[in-house]
Order: sequence, then C-alpha cells, then structure tokens
Amino acid sequence: MTLLTSAGRSRARTAGAVVITAVLLFPLYWMVNASFQPSGALLKASPDWFPVHGTLAGYREAFSGQTGHLLTSLVVALGTVVVSLAIALPAAYALAQLRVPGNLLVVFVFLTVQMIPGIVMADALYTVFSRLGMIDSYPGLILADSTATVPFAVLVLRAFMVSLPRELSEAARVDGAGYWRVFRSVVVPLSRNAVVTAGLFSFLFAWADFLFAVTMTTGQTIEPITVGIYRFVGNQTADWNGIMATAVLASVPAAVLLVIAQRYVVAGVTGGALKD
Amino acid sequence: MDISRTEPGGHPAEAAATGPSAQPPARTGRSGRTGRAGGPGRPRTQRSRQRLAAFGFLAPALAYLAVFFGYPLVQNISMGFRDYTVASFYTGAAPFTGLRNYTEVLGDPVFVKALVNTAVFTAGSLVFQFGIGLALAVYFNGRFLGSALLRSLLLLPWLLPLVVSGAVWRWMLDQDHGVVNTALRALHLAGGSAGVPWLTSPSWALPAVILANVWIGIPFNLVLLHGGLRAIPDVLYEAAELDGAGPWQRFRHVTWPLLRPVSGVVLMLGLVYTVKVFDVIMVVTRGGPANASQTLTTWSYQLSFQQFQFGQGAAVGNLLILITTGFGLLYLRSARAGLAEAAS
Repeated sequence: MTLLTSAGRSRARTAGAVVITAVLLFPLYWMVNASFQPSGALLKASPDWFPVHGTLAGYREAFSGQTGHLLTSLVVALGTVVVSLAIALPAAYALAQLRVPGNLLVVFVFLTVQMIPGIVMADALYTVFSRLGMIDSYPGLILADSTATVPFAVLVLRAFMVSLPRELSEAARVDGAGYWRVFRSVVVPLSRNAVVTAGLFSFLFAWADFLFAVTMTTGQTIEPITVGIYRFVGNQTADWNGIMATAVLASVPAAVLLVIAQRYVVAGVTGGALKD
Repeated sequence: MDISRTEPGGHPAEAAATGPSAQPPARTGRSGRTGRAGGPGRPRTQRSRQRLAAFGFLAPALAYLAVFFGYPLVQNISMGFRDYTVASFYTGAAPFTGLRNYTEVLGDPVFVKALVNTAVFTAGSLVFQFGIGLALAVYFNGRFLGSALLRSLLLLPWLLPLVVSGAVWRWMLDQDHGVVNTALRALHLAGGSAGVPWLTSPSWALPAVILANVWIGIPFNLVLLHGGLRAIPDVLYEAAELDGAGPWQRFRHVTWPLLRPVSGVVLMLGLVYTVKVFDVIMVVTRGGPANASQTLTTWSYQLSFQQFQFGQGAAVGNLLILITTGFGLLYLRSARAGLAEAAS
C-alpha cells in the first residue's frame, strides 16, 4: 500500500519534472523548429509548432555562408586549449604539489583576475594588439581568449592536484626522478580527468566567446561564428530560418560536451568555483 | 591526510635523505655542490631545490600574469587619464588630460541611465534566477525516475554560446512574429493584437534582456544549489518529519539555514558575473532603444569601439572594475574559509 503510493508519487514527480524541463528547454526547441521552417512560414500570424513542411534551406545557407566562420572558431578554440593547458598545467603542479611560500598569493591572484570585466581586458588588449599588428590574427584572438581560460584552468587543475597523494610523487623523487619527470610521468597522467575538464571548458569558452571576437577582429580576414551570428542578426531583413540554422550549428559543441563529458562538467565547475 | 602538515620534516623523501645510510650515491654528489651535505642542513637543501623547481614551473604563468593582466590593467588605468582616440594609434600620442574623461563620463546623462540599468539588470536577474534555481534544485532533489537525466538536460542552456541564446530570445521576443507574443495573445494578455513591443519600446527593452538573462542563469544556480542540497544529511529531514514538520517548515528550518553558505557563494558569483554581462544585451537589444537597456559594460564598449573614445571607454571600464572589486572582496571574504582549506 505504502509502496504503491510512493511509486505513484514518484511518477507524478517525474511527470512534473518533464513538464518543467520542457518549458525551460522550449527556447531550444523553438530554435530547432525555426531552423527547419521556410522563411515565409516564420512570418505567419500563427506559428507552425512543428516543422511539418520542413526545409533544409537554412542549413544550406548556413553552410555556404558560415563554414569559414565555423572553421575560424574551431582553430581559435583549439589554440586556446593548447595555450591554456601549456601554461596552467605546470603552474597548477607547482601550486598544488611543491609546497613553497607565496603559493597562496599566486592562487589568490588567479582568483582575483577572473573578476576583471572582459570589456576592460578587451579595451586594453586592443590598444596593445593593434600596436603589435595582432588585430585580425589567430594568435591575437587565441591569446585574448586565453585570458579568460588560463586562470580557470589553473584553479581547476590545482584543486584536483591538491588531492593527489603526495606520496606518489615523493616516491618517484626518491627513485631518482627529477621534478620535470615527476610532473610529466606521474602528476599529469594521474590528473587526466581534470585536464579533460579544463581543456573542454577552455574550448567551450573560446568557441562561445563574443566580446574578444567582436573587438579583436574587424571582419576583414577572420571572423568567428559568434560574430557571424551577431552580424547576421543585425541585418534589417532578418532571415530567421538561416540565423536559427546557424545558431543550431554553433550549439553543436555544447551538445556534444553535454553528452560525452557530462560527469566532468559539474565536478569541474564546482571545483573551480567553490573549492577555491 | 597530509603528512607534511602533521609531522614537519617527516616526508619519506626527507627521511631517506637525512638518514646517511639510506642515501643513494647520486644524492650525495648533488647535495655536495651546495656544501651542506648531511646533518640538519639537509632538509633545507631539499627545500631550496623544491623552491627552485616550483619557480621554474610557475615562471610561464607568472610571466603570463604580468603580460596579460598586469600590463593591460596599468594600460587601462593610464588610458582613463588620457585623450586616447583613433589618432593615438597612428601618431602614438595620447595627451594626458587628468580627470577630464571621468568628468565627461560622469556628467553624461547616459551614465546615470547605464548605472541604474546595471543595478536593475543585476538585481532582477539575481532574484529570479536564484529563486527559480532554488525551487528547481529542491524539486529535483527528491528521488524519482529520470531525475538525474532531466537535471543534466537542464544544463544545456548554460553550455550554449550566449550569442546563440541571445539570438533565440530576440527571435522569440519579436513583436509581430515572436512566440512570446503569440502565447500572450492566445491568453489575451498582450494588450490588443499589437502585442508587447519587447525590443522596440524603451520601457520593455530592459525587462526583455533580464528575461533572457534569467533563463541563461537558471542552470548555474540549479547546479550549485543542488550540490549544496545534496550535502545536507537526510537524517535532519527525517528528524524534522518525526517532529511533525511539514514541507514548508522543513525547508524553512532545515534547508534554508544549512544552504546559506552555498547560497552566499552562488549569489556573489552571480553578482560578479551579471554586473559585466555583455553578449546577451548586445545581441538582444544592443543597449537600445535610446539607451533603454544600456549597462556600464555595453556603454564602455560603445564608447571605445563605436565612438573610438578609448579614454572614456577606459574610464567607464575602470569604474566597472571598482564595482566588481567591491563585490569581489565580499565574495573572497565568504570564500576565504574554503580557500584556506583548499590551500592546506
């Protein structure tokens, strides 16, 4: 009897949760729906709730007009991952495993610089980069994006490496391994999960970045997908079918991340945000 | 758990190095160079070597901090005191003008508007995304079929590029063809067939960007608060239930007080991030119409990159730094305990 009612209650709760999820994810559905509808259907008085008379015109348009922007974003995002990990991994190792005075201060600085508004960074970096001829360049955009990902990667990796038993690296030291060897052969392999988290989030950030993308490029040579969408939306004759198809394509990395790396996501972010 | 803290000098490695019989020959050779082989000086050599190694591993990050945070900050502060315009990029000259950028910015009517908008945008976003996030966290904390799967699906809006979310909301809030007005019309709430001019009316633009930003912020609040709820022991709820506490009383006297530390961190992080939101506003309304949804961030962007008044843009940016630093210090104070723990 009690079992039955609690099962019933659980089912009711599931139903409620499905409704809540449906409501909150409705904007995403509406994006996908619009991406498959002919532009004319999108301007009717009563909307089509399902893409019954679907069209792939939006995707054709998105692929022909935005492929270059998607590739640009891919290159920038991958470059940001490389730069972030190259700087953050050794730093996190030193901050977590090599107990020296001043470590805490460095952690504090990395925590604090995350609070500098992006617009301030963009303003200052623009003047520096324009003097160095790095506007409209991949290295410029990658380095600008890394200012947001390096501190995050350091904090996430350090939070993980602090929990690695120091006996392991001490033992390797006793066996005659140098610090570099310990870092490369013991600490980094053991930190694989944290490296994946930091790398994925660096990728996702750089992929989604709009502020640096719009300030560090003039749209002449390289233009990431976020700026592509922004300019697309800005046109007076808004073609929502094509815009939403582009938006769907730009969301693919997030969806993939959610599927393949779900368990890293929560642990990684709460680790970076709360533990430090 | 940590040997080095409980027994100073008690590392296996140090013990091996101090015990003369346990020393591998290579170690004797290396420490011989420092001229302090054996005895009580040994751990110190070990320590200074570790210090050197730590510096080596930290060097790239320290250089990075100096070049990519230190220099831009100094540059931005300096720019705030200079007449830095497009010409400055060609001539290299940016004459020092003292506080003129600041007096001009503070005297501009847009400043008051942007400041008020920033406050309303931040407060409105925080109240609703925290409230809804908390309600959802409590709901999804119950055990039921599919709870974990649905909860992870709810993360999706958070992982999307903000430009995408902004574009979707702009489409949904379109006055004539947007689905929000369609729904309001169907419910006879839209005020006639014209619908709500979300993006074109100065009185609706700010609520519109807040609406979009709340939707984006819910998953973040949900995830962190759900984590906080999970840490509350079930025993407390069982005890409260035995004492005859109803759901609301359990929330009021168990959940709410025990969730306070997490709530504080969530709100502080939300605050620090919301004050500087850029993407959403730029894509949904571009700060308009007539500055109706202009915040300090978008105004700073407009001054620098559309009016090319880099000095004034920097001045607004510096004011923004002051604001976020103020809130940031509050955050650090609340996170200090966690920091000390993580650093031990």
